[in-house]
Amino acid sequence: MTFNIYDFTSFNRWIDEGLNSFMSPTWALITEMAIIGIVFLLFYAVVGLFLVYAERKVCAFMQNRVGPNRVGPYGIFQTIADFIKLLMKELVYIKDSDKLLFNLAPFIVIIASFMALSAVPFAKGLHAIDFDIGILYVIAVSSLGVVGILLAGWSSNNKYSLIGAMRSGAQIVSYELSVGLSLLTIIVLAGTMQFSEIVEMQRNGWFIFKGHIPAIIAFIVFLVASTAETNRGPFDLAEAESELTAGFHTEYSGIKFAFFFLAEYMNMFLVASIAATVFWGGWMPFHVSGWAGFNTIMDYIPPFIWYIGKTAFIIWLMMLFKWTFPRLRIDQLLTLEWKYLLPINLVNILFMAFLVLMHWHF
Amino acid sequence: MKEIINLPVSNIEEEEYHINMGPQHPSTHGVLRLLVSLQGEMVRSLKPHCGYIHRGIEKMCEKDTYPQVIHLTDRIDYLSAHINNHAVCLLVEKALEVDVPERVRYIRTIMDELARIQSHQLWWSSFGMDLGGLTCFFYGLRDREMILDIWEETTGSRFLQSYNCPGGVMQDIHPNFQKKVHAFLKTFKKKIKDYDRILSGNVIFENRSQGVGILSKEDAISYGVTGPSGRGSGWSCDVRKTEPYSMYGKVQFNEVLRYECDTYSRYMVRMQEMHESMNIIEQLIDNIPEGEHSAKMKAVIKLPAGEYFQRVESARGELGLFVVSDGNKTPYRMKFRTPSFSNLSVLDHISRGMKIADLVAIGASLDLVIPDIDR
Repeated sequence: MTFNIYDFTSFNRWIDEGLNSFMSPTWALITEMAIIGIVFLLFYAVVGLFLVYAERKVCAFMQNRVGPNRVGPYGIFQTIADFIKLLMKELVYIKDSDKLLFNLAPFIVIIASFMALSAVPFAKGLHAIDFDIGILYVIAVSSLGVVGILLAGWSSNNKYSLIGAMRSGAQIVSYELSVGLSLLTIIVLAGTMQFSEIVEMQRNGWFIFKGHIPAIIAFIVFLVASTAETNRGPFDLAEAESELTAGFHTEYSGIKFAFFFLAEYMNMFLVASIAATVFWGGWMPFHVSGWAGFNTIMDYIPPFIWYIGKTAFIIWLMMLFKWTFPRLRIDQLLTLEWKYLLPINLVNILFMAFLVLMHWHF
Repeated sequence: MKEIINLPVSNIEEEEYHINMGPQHPSTHGVLRLLVSLQGEMVRSLKPHCGYIHRGIEKMCEKDTYPQVIHLTDRIDYLSAHINNHAVCLLVEKALEVDVPERVRYIRTIMDELARIQSHQLWWSSFGMDLGGLTCFFYGLRDREMILDIWEETTGSRFLQSYNCPGGVMQDIHPNFQKKVHAFLKTFKKKIKDYDRILSGNVIFENRSQGVGILSKEDAISYGVTGPSGRGSGWSCDVRKTEPYSMYGKVQFNEVLRYECDTYSRYMVRMQEMHESMNIIEQLIDNIPEGEHSAKMKAVIKLPAGEYFQRVESARGELGLFVVSDGNKTPYRMKFRTPSFSNLSVLDHISRGMKIADLVAIGASLDLVIPDIDR
């Protein structure tokens, strides 16, 4: 076995062959699924906890505060302590609430983000499922989350929750279009929906540089629309704490609340990952065609680091504008989507198609 | 109580339903309960239910001597505590025809304006927070800290100072007072530009506030909406101009008026008022005359029998103080005309047909302090 941090393909093959050598192919497949599931769960928890910590530090930085700094060095164990607290809290059941849907809702939300994460390429070969319709799959699966939010609002037997859920429904259904169309712009350029191929195509230049202005417009639209889709500020109308106390998760406590909380951060991580993969080359190092020496040096940085760096940068951008802007109103939110982002997007796709037809892209 | 139980039955045809905003709700900044009737997200009407923090201050005043009353007035509108104290002192001095030293007038005016600035800072913080910009909250509180430090040094208390007393102020200003006020003015003039940058010029904020909660000048007058909220509708109602007290007749300052009548105009009036207050302080701070910090008063203060009225401009509007005295050391009846109570009454009128999110913005733009409503 040759373990190589630049290419995980041989490592995967070694595990696969090793398992197949002493059990039947069916059992080997099931074992592989279990291993991947456990690895993803761990990854999910660690990234979620780290993102909560990062958000608190970025927010503190924006607000002239120190942020968590008591539990562990620089407060890095603060979120773990919070998580333990949430685990131990009592689960409050609401009178006259729909018990089944009330309990089901957080799982739907968390499963949706979990499933979408499986299509993201983290590095070469480090990829749970490599669909040939990867982007379509991610869009389809991630929009399941809204069902969970709607159920949470409906089953809580609380008017604030219901208003929050309805807002969220209108918002996510609308912004789904912009997310889809902005990704479609890049599909036009790439000619494929498979994530691994999209990344491979960016070997000699990321799409944001290759695609001229349409790619940049598509990236900005994607950033705005995906922030809205993940219910983050300035589009956090579904939980608008000054209007609806906490929106759809007002009545949730303990670990169920933690599920919503974690899912929000993982959705943010997911959209940042997709933005990084589709627009910024995913794990592909920064290459300039013709600069062989420079490209070799860039190749020495492991792909996983490239991927994490790009994702972290986009998450940081999203955090910055969450802590800067005030919240929109529901009608303004829908106006922004249907009257501005959607027409811009449609024109942008035409522009991109024209560019590809004329071979004007790099 | 009966009314609270018998809520109006919702009309299913019109799809109207009710929610209770408060008594515990993040946007009411205290224990105010608004019974809002909604159609979808649109506010059909709303009914404020007051009294959750009613402490009977007016009744308590009837058994307290005048110096004791001052300590109660702090608790009415805790954000303009100095100004409330000032009103009682002015009334007592007017009734007894005491001439207070020039130094006292200067100190009181500076303290009033500091109170106005810190009240507007806290209002700005919570306004930003109500609109979802949490960063504003920390900016406002950070800058307010400097004023609280100044007060702590001179009056010994950061929040409820009770610094004024009939005839003067409790003790002389701290030697560092002028230096610290200068430092504050210098810092805050820079910081207030950040306020404009993060909120005033922001396109989301402008969309949220412009054309929201239109309060016409006629309505402002008939509902008695005073203070910055009334001046945002173009009603010239500043008591500092119409009936100058202390040093206000002698300093140069502009009464800020705006005519858009919406939430944005009420916002801009307060932002501009902070500049005007700094302007007033700058004119006074270097010229505080030497002298006594209090006039000679009798040990027991008894107001001659009769009726007295005094009004001052608090940070929220016109504070009226009406006293009936029967010649004893305690007032026979004391009535406060508090600005927040009148300002609350207009909330139903201007938020009909708006969204819930607008209701929060309008409520914030009226700058309600709940203990000021309930007393």
